[in-house]
Amino acid sequence: MSDATVYGLCSGILVGLGLFGLIVHPEPLRKILAFNLIGGGVFLLFGVVARRGAAAGFGGDPVPQALVITGLVVAFAATALAVALLRRLFQETGRTTLRSDG
Amino acid sequence: MVFDIGLTLLVVAVAVWTIAARDTFAAVIGFVAFGLLLALAWVRLAAPDVALTEAALGSGVTGVVLLGASTRLRHAEISAADKKPGAMLRAAAAVLCTVVSAGLAAIVLVLPHPAPTLAPQAAANMAATGLGNPVTAVLMAYRAIDTLLETVVLLLALLGLWSLTPDPFWGGLPGRRHHDDPDGVLTFAAQLLVPVGILVGIHIFWVGSVAPGGEFQGATILAAMWILAAMAGLVDAPPVSRRWLRLILVAGPAVFFTIGLAGFAMAGGFLAYPESHAKLLIVMIEVPVTLSIAATLALLVAGPPDRMPQQ
Repeated sequence: MSDATVYGLCSGILVGLGLFGLIVHPEPLRKILAFNLIGGGVFLLFGVVARRGAAAGFGGDPVPQALVITGLVVAFAATALAVALLRRLFQETGRTTLRSDG
Repeated sequence: MVFDIGLTLLVVAVAVWTIAARDTFAAVIGFVAFGLLLALAWVRLAAPDVALTEAALGSGVTGVVLLGASTRLRHAEISAADKKPGAMLRAAAAVLCTVVSAGLAAIVLVLPHPAPTLAPQAAANMAATGLGNPVTAVLMAYRAIDTLLETVVLLLALLGLWSLTPDPFWGGLPGRRHHDDPDGVLTFAAQLLVPVGILVGIHIFWVGSVAPGGEFQGATILAAMWILAAMAGLVDAPPVSRRWLRLILVAGPAVFFTIGLAGFAMAGGFLAYPESHAKLLIVMIEVPVTLSIAATLALLVAGPPDRMPQQ
């Protein structure tokens, strides 16, 4: 088992943990956190694939690494937008529940 | 190997804390620690460019947004917490998530040998770009269209955020005006750190062509310095309706797109650079893009406008 494989297994666990949090937490902010954990796991999997593709004197394949950088920036933008939506919902209704029946 | 196993165990432990903590605030703290540990993992995976982005953006700036939200939404979150799903649903979710994790782990274990890689192609064409950092070469040359679209996505996110502005504050100032004690620790730290941080940000951006770094990492540090100065009350946000602010925000994508179009005339394709001037054109794109990203990130953290300029 190589070093990269250890991180690969870790990424699988992170995705599972994040998914669990996304399902069981009723608080929207916790869901956003859990979603970011899933993202962290997926990005890490990309990193493992990149590391395994080390060649030509590079420590890893630069293409998936660049994709992860792009992904991290987009994930931040999505998180900021989600938090803003949540705060607006709270301003309007005084609640942040996602249930339609209230 | 021992270090890697220890680090992954720590990463998983902090992730469990983030999911299991009772309090949202504690969970967010866990998430910030998670991001920093993940940055270490990226170093171990020979991806220092990603490590910088993860530490600055994934952990730092995202942490600021989530910490702010967790304190303001504290009561709302507590009231929403009453509606916890039943034991059956939790058990079913646990089983489902274990299956997903096991599936991913199985995929990791059966990945093909030798691994497919684009590294040789990236290395072979790097001389033509004039760059020394393969990740920057991918971001600015081989897959420049991704980066162009990403700068547009950031702008769209900011538009979405601004569209949540309550009617009376349309075009106003985002975030609270902070008034910190002028002799306080935070003000002192901001006065000391911000000039150094701005230099570090510019440095990280500039060395990105040959070493780990680049426009995203540099821009994040610049944005963080603005956030710090604003928190210490040293600067105030401008009204979002200011024309110069809008110009800074669109300058990056606009220059990127224009040089991309010029590629048709210069090198026969969208975002193609003539080999003799590739480095110059890339720097011409990177400078405004860095400014635009830094401004966009800072405004995404500041949130929608919620006050008008005082008369």
